[in-house]
Parts: sequence; C-alpha cells; structure tokens
Amino acid sequence: MYIGKGRQRQTTIMAFLAPTVLGFLVFSFIPILRSLYLSFTSWDILQPAEWVGLENYRILLGSEEFWRVMRNTAEYIVLYVPLMLIMSLGLASLLNREFRGVGAYKVLFFLPVLTSWVAGSLIWRWILNHKYGLVNILLGYIGIEGPPWLDHRLWAMPGIVLASVWKDVGFFALIFLGALKGINLEYYEAAEIDGASRWAKFRYITLPLVSPTTFFVTITSIINSFQVFAQVQIMTNGGPAGATQVIMERIYKYAFQFFKMGYASALSWVLFAIILVITLVQWHLQKRWVFYDG
Amino acid sequence: MMVKRTCLLRTVLFYITISLVAFFMILPFLWMISTSLKESEAVMVLPIKWIPEKISFKAYKDLFTISTMVPFHRAAFNSLVVSILTTFLNLASASMAAFALAKFDFEARDRVLFAFLATMMVPGAVTMIPNYLVLRTLRLTNTFIGLVLPSIYNAWALFLLRQNILAVPDSYFEAAIIDGATPFAIYRHIVLPLVKPILASLGVLTFMGTWNDYLWPLIMISDPDKMTLTLALGNLNSRWGQRWELLMAGNLISMVPIIIVYAFAQKYFETGISVGGLKC
Repeated sequence: MYIGKGRQRQTTIMAFLAPTVLGFLVFSFIPILRSLYLSFTSWDILQPAEWVGLENYRILLGSEEFWRVMRNTAEYIVLYVPLMLIMSLGLASLLNREFRGVGAYKVLFFLPVLTSWVAGSLIWRWILNHKYGLVNILLGYIGIEGPPWLDHRLWAMPGIVLASVWKDVGFFALIFLGALKGINLEYYEAAEIDGASRWAKFRYITLPLVSPTTFFVTITSIINSFQVFAQVQIMTNGGPAGATQVIMERIYKYAFQFFKMGYASALSWVLFAIILVITLVQWHLQKRWVFYDG
Repeated sequence: MMVKRTCLLRTVLFYITISLVAFFMILPFLWMISTSLKESEAVMVLPIKWIPEKISFKAYKDLFTISTMVPFHRAAFNSLVVSILTTFLNLASASMAAFALAKFDFEARDRVLFAFLATMMVPGAVTMIPNYLVLRTLRLTNTFIGLVLPSIYNAWALFLLRQNILAVPDSYFEAAIIDGATPFAIYRHIVLPLVKPILASLGVLTFMGTWNDYLWPLIMISDPDKMTLTLALGNLNSRWGQRWELLMAGNLISMVPIIIVYAFAQKYFETGISVGGLKC
C-alpha cells in the first residue's frame, strides 16, 4: 500500500519503526553477540574481561554440577510433562460441554495461572511443610506418612513438580479446550451409530484430532521446563544438597551472586543450544505421530 | 447438549467430579486465606483449624508496619507503575512497527521481519546478562526506566499485531489517504481502533506477566524503595521464612489486583491465550 510521498514516506516508515528497531538492536541483537563473546571470556565486572577461548565450555561440560543440573531437569520433565498432559486434557474434557456454571468453574481452574510464580511457590512451600503442611496432613487422614518433601534430596523435586502442575494445568487445559471445541461433532455421531464406546471415541477420535495440540503443549512444556526459575529460587534455593539446582537458577547465581559473567553466559548458550536441538528434533518427530484433520 | 440427553444420575456424578477437581485446585488458596487470618502462635498447631479460633488481621497490619521490611504499599505502588509503563511501552512500540511492516512496502521489509523472527528463538537467559550490563553502564539499574525499557522490543506482540493489521483491507485507508490524512493520523484513528481487541488481549497478558515477573526485577532492583511486589514477597520469604501468616497475607494482597483485572477482562485473557499463548 502507498501512504505518503517520496522522502516524507521514508521518514514516516523510519519513525514508526524507530522504537522497535532501536530496542531490537540494544536489547536483542547486540546483547546476543555480546553474550556469545562474553561466553569466551573470564570476567568479574571489576577487572577487564580476559579472553579464555573455549575454557568456560570445557569446565562446564566437565563439571559434576552441570550434569547434576541436567539430571534434575530430566527428573522434572519426566514427572511434570506426563502429569500435566493427562491432567490438562482431562480437565479440558470435563469443561468441554454445556452445563450451568461452566464459567465459574473455568475461573476456579484459572486462578493458579493468574497467581505469580512467587506467590504460588510460597503457598506450596507452606503446603509441603513436613509436619504442618496441608499435603502431609491430608495424607495422614488416609494413613500415609508424608515425606519431608522440600527438605529431602529425593522428594524436593517431586514437590516442585506438584506446585508447577497445579500452577500450569489451567493454562494448558484452556489450550486443549480450544482444540476439543474445534473437533467436528459428526465424527462422534458417526461413531455412536457404529456403537463405539466412550473410551473408543476418546482413543480413536479425540486423541488423534487433538494431537497437533498435544504436540504443541509437549514442546512448550519441555522448553519451559528447562527455564524453571522462580519456584526453585523460592521453594528450595536449589537445595537440599543441590538436588533441585536447575540451569536458570545456576545462570542467575553465577552472574549476579558470584559475578562470573563469562561462565554464566556460557551456561546460557548451552541452554540455547538445548532448546534449539529439542525444537529441531520434535519438528522431525512430529511427522510420525501428529495427525492433521482434513 | 450432553447433559440434557443423559440421565440425572450422570449429571450428578459429573458435578461431583468437576466440583472435587475444582475443590482441590482452590484448596491451596483456602489454606492461604485461613493461615493469613491466624495469629502467629495459632499457625503451627495440630490438628489444623480451617476457621481460626480467633480471626486476626495482625499479619496484614504487620506487612505495612514492620520496619526492616519493604513497606508493602510502596511495593504494590511500584508494581502498578512498572506494569502500566511496560504495557504501554510494549503496545505503543509494537503496534507502530506492526503498522509500518504491514501496510508499507519497502525494500528492507522482509529482511527486518526475518531478523525479528530469528531473535524470537533465543531464550531470555541469553540476553538477560548483557541487558543488565548495558543498563548498568547507562546508570539505569534501580530505576523504573531501566526495568521497563527492554519491553520496547517485543517480537511476539509485533507479529501478532502485524498479522491483524495485514487482515485489514486497504480500502479502509484509501478514503483517508485521499483526504490527505497523515500516516500518524491513519495509525491513530483507523489502525488502532480496528485492532483494539487484540491490543486489549496483549495488554492484559503483558500487564499480568509484568506484575508477576520475578527474575528481571530481581536482577535490576536492589533498592528497597524500588522493589516490586514479587521482590517484596521474595524478601519476606528469605527473612521471615517461617512466619507463614505474614507470607500468606502478603501473597493474598499481591494476587488481588490481578484477579480484579481478570474479572473485568476475562474474555481478553482467553483470546490472548488462544492466539499466542502466555509469555511469562
């Protein structure tokens, strides 16, 4: 389209783009290059940066800490992703019908999503308290002695996962609900005529037809899992004994508490590489198990 | 439809199921409210009492008075200012660029779009350190401007807006062009009103994302007078980690404004999520 004339037009375009382009250069493009450069240096902010080549990456990949962080994240993903997928799809199926009060129920399920990670984490730090926490008290009612959750090396990560699922399930349920509403009802009517059971309808109609959404949700939630921060920082601060240290928490601590800017930058590039690889692998796998209708 | 067809028993079962799920989802909040209304000594007492024997607002009062702590009303005010500024800057900058990139043909356009798209893949962790460093050089740490400024560039909002502006037929602008309207007048009086719903969705999501953000303010702000609510809560947690009634009262206060925004703009939250997902 043609608005304005000649040189005036040039000025107009530049004026409209100026804030974004300036922001892009100062807060995205140059920082990306600078971060890459920093990752090859040793720098504590006070002394001049010293070029160390690949040293940061060598130390990082050889450190016990990095692999512990990866194991912790793997544990988080293995627990979080399936639990979240099942619960959010289940919740969406419950909400995918017309009934009185559907709006009110939606609000209730959405409340944790509106809550900040800080507030949500504080609530769960209290709920998971060993002796006075609600979870262990409820478990006590049915005769189970609850574990010390956040104070225990083995139970801290599952505790963080519980909090995270509670916080995120409403969000992903809303996304699944959108997908379920998009399914053509004729499929179900045809299946009913053929005498299909509820399970068969779910398994052979619903699941394949929401698979693009399942795929999207899986990628998103795995990528998010690598960037978990506030819940760890608030609930355990990485403890006990490093059992809940994760990569964002490490980047934050190395950069802003230990002032090792170079090493922290190297960590952030490893995170970037991981996210990139996951995205590429999943795009490749997508062809095998995602079914697109029509 | 389904409810009408099935018998009463199934309806009842359905309501029981969904109410149970809802109950467990909001149980943590009920527990939070209950704890916040207790006196210190009544918090860690077994068996638990959902309704405190003596309902006390002491925790709420303490939040605003305990001296070594960030005053909570100050933090709430800071959060409000930062969230509004961020939302405004983000929407203004993104919508202007989106208009230029949607409705003006110029040589470098595709290259600009590609550059923006490419940076969307880079996680915030990569840019966070250099962004802090550049704002530190500019002496903008511990200021709201420094906290807000990076939101001037938001590729995600930009692409979403551009898509919507692209869908507006050119004929909408032609009359205005013939009448000699300036490009800014066209942006202000034709483009913005037309993309209002998407601006509203982006606006509420940005507001909420900023209100709830923790990491970026944690990096940028150390001056107690400039702290946002999430930072104040984080501080409260590290200093008074076992005073649960205090923590839960602070939590509740921090949640109220977002719930109010949600109540008034539920529709926009839902469209925002369905078109682009949540960015926080």
